[in-house]
Amino acid sequence: MNNLAVGLNEASADHDQGPILEAVHLRKLFPLSSLNLSGTKRAVHAVEDTSLALYPGRATALVGESGSGKSTVACMLAGLYSPTSGTIRFRGEPAKLTDKSYLRTYRRHVQLVLQDPFSSLNPVHDVRYHLARPLRIFSHAQSRNQETEQILSLLNRVNLSPAEQFIQKFPHQLSGGQRQRVAIARALAVQPVVLLADEPVSMLDVSIRLDILNLLLRLKDEERLALLFITHDIASARYFAEDTLVMYAGQMVEGGPSDEVIQRPMHPYTQLLISAAPNPDLLSPESDKGVTDLTARGEIPSLIHPPSGCRFHPRCPHALPVCSQRFPARTELGGSRWTNCFLFGDGETSSQAETMHPAAPVPGSFSD
Amino acid sequence: METNVSAIAHTDTLLDVKNLYVDYHAASGMVHAVTDVSFTLRRGEILGLAGESGSGKSTLAYTITCLLRPPAMISGGEIVYYPRPSQDGKDTSHVAMTRLSKDAKDGNVHSIEETPSINLLQLSPAQLRDLRWDDLAIVFQSAMNALNPVMTVGAQIMDVLRTHRPHMGSDSRKQRAIELFQLVGISPDRLRSYPHELSGGMRQRAIIAIALALSPEILIMDEPTTALDVVVQREILTEIMRLREKLGFSVIFITHDLSLLLEMADHVAIMYAGRIVEKASRQDLYLHPRHPYSYGLLNSFPSLHGPRRKMAGIPGSPPDLRAVPPGCAFHARCPLAIDVCREVLPTLQSMRGEDSGQLVACHLYDPRFNAGPPSTADLASKYQALAGESSA
Repeated sequence: MNNLAVGLNEASADHDQGPILEAVHLRKLFPLSSLNLSGTKRAVHAVEDTSLALYPGRATALVGESGSGKSTVACMLAGLYSPTSGTIRFRGEPAKLTDKSYLRTYRRHVQLVLQDPFSSLNPVHDVRYHLARPLRIFSHAQSRNQETEQILSLLNRVNLSPAEQFIQKFPHQLSGGQRQRVAIARALAVQPVVLLADEPVSMLDVSIRLDILNLLLRLKDEERLALLFITHDIASARYFAEDTLVMYAGQMVEGGPSDEVIQRPMHPYTQLLISAAPNPDLLSPESDKGVTDLTARGEIPSLIHPPSGCRFHPRCPHALPVCSQRFPARTELGGSRWTNCFLFGDGETSSQAETMHPAAPVPGSFSD
Repeated sequence: METNVSAIAHTDTLLDVKNLYVDYHAASGMVHAVTDVSFTLRRGEILGLAGESGSGKSTLAYTITCLLRPPAMISGGEIVYYPRPSQDGKDTSHVAMTRLSKDAKDGNVHSIEETPSINLLQLSPAQLRDLRWDDLAIVFQSAMNALNPVMTVGAQIMDVLRTHRPHMGSDSRKQRAIELFQLVGISPDRLRSYPHELSGGMRQRAIIAIALALSPEILIMDEPTTALDVVVQREILTEIMRLREKLGFSVIFITHDLSLLLEMADHVAIMYAGRIVEKASRQDLYLHPRHPYSYGLLNSFPSLHGPRRKMAGIPGSPPDLRAVPPGCAFHARCPLAIDVCREVLPTLQSMRGEDSGQLVACHLYDPRFNAGPPSTADLASKYQALAGESSA
């Protein structure tokens, strides 16, 4: 393909071009080492059969509650955990993340931004140290002058100005938002093509969150980064990402274009998640709904002994007998929407989204 | 001195905070955490306090419950509490009051037509002990840290009952603990669990059960759901609303999540740099926020519905509370600031010719400084311009 044409094309064209980073049927068990007389090995089933794809210049949001396995997915993609089974494909090739020298080149392209900027920066080192290390390790800077120059430009790119002052500051002299900017600058220092952001704004003050999100969006557009945005806030997923994936208790339950997923949620869990989100728009004159009441109470189940079949079935108001027996295969709903739910079929591709199971819940039925 | 005030207010007002100042003495200077804050809490009302971290909202919560310790110091103001008249048949405040009225001679407790008023800031530790939990309970942000990890949750509820109801037998204490757990929606067999055996949501419910053990008049909730997931948060909020309906207590709900308050609070006060900058009913605040800061805060939450558009947060960061800039503390971050904002401190007042109870501390609405007050659309367009700038 002509390189010039790629640069000029829109994000949608990249979509056709193929994913840059892809997770195929990832699974992760964390074995428990506690004394067990029965001899059976117990494990936390953190992630079951997760597949996702990231495209350059495109943001994908991974939404779920705590304990849903979304951070585990990020850590596997970053090469911090090795998956129990499944493959990670980088630029179409399976990534050999157990190979140390491969891992180093991989990290040259895939970077992770962590949730808590208060603990992800080393308190005894200044900003220069944090940004100089990746530059030196990946030999982007040959001399001290070059290093300073690049650090200053990184700081300017994340809107930390005057950069000359920030370069010598220590983490404790920075506010939460400024620290997160340093963490983002550190990730950008290696000139990555994929940025994994694990709840990058949830520790920050409300008024700063949008700034950081807008910064990431700008970088995505300017540098054509492929972004994975992990969040529990479904409204910011809609604001930030083109695509949204919903996870529950280690299983992917629904995915598709963000607006579609949020305006017309199909899977009962997505509907629950959306009806639970604070929604001041209920106060607007055209809405006469009061405070929503949830029908599916309860909590994420234990992942040591997860429920069989679809893990949402004990809470699901629409559960069918088959739901407790096995996990449904992915049903394509058209328009790159899909869900794993028996209410919409069992893996067969429905030509139109309208051909639903008779028992299928009407989108939004939770909020009535 | 308080005769008139309390005679008028006794029907409705539960708590009256007047011109409160709280400072922290730090080596690097005095931190003015709460400055000239006044508000009233009515019976059965949910009052929301919102603001960024460092705006003084938690300090305010601790001041009301008299939990502040040095280096914090209350440098001025009073917090007047009007207990429910004893003929209401409510035993609890009666017990507290008989004890308190013994001290009436030192001018602390005023008994005016069965509506005594108590200045919380002048109570002795023993008096406070009577009042706390009986009349005034607090739910803290982190449920894990608020519970004792080496005691079962049941023992912690019964501990409150044993201290405040010494005449209660152990059977009736247990009975009450079971009732309370059922009230907040935890199965009573969990009374024998330790905090680490409960999930985050259940711990927060247990804390709420303890807070409600003695049927307080005022429940102060300091970010009670911030550490919880959205679904659990929704359950807890529904629970609080249901319990308030049933038991009729008042709530001061502190959070940085304005969208939550807009759903549940009756009135909302927005705090910035230690001061209340806007006070309004939730409808007024949602439909027409007046203070540019309130608008910015509201506009910081992406919406689930409507068109997707580029949004801008509030530029800059909150001021250093050791040296709050003169004039309006928000002027450096305000996209609509005019010259007078840098010099003159705005006071909380209603817009001229309006009686909606929406109060705002902003010169833009003062005809002396600005002839045409901005509309919500004006605020929106100024912020939108910022969004355009920052993306450029």
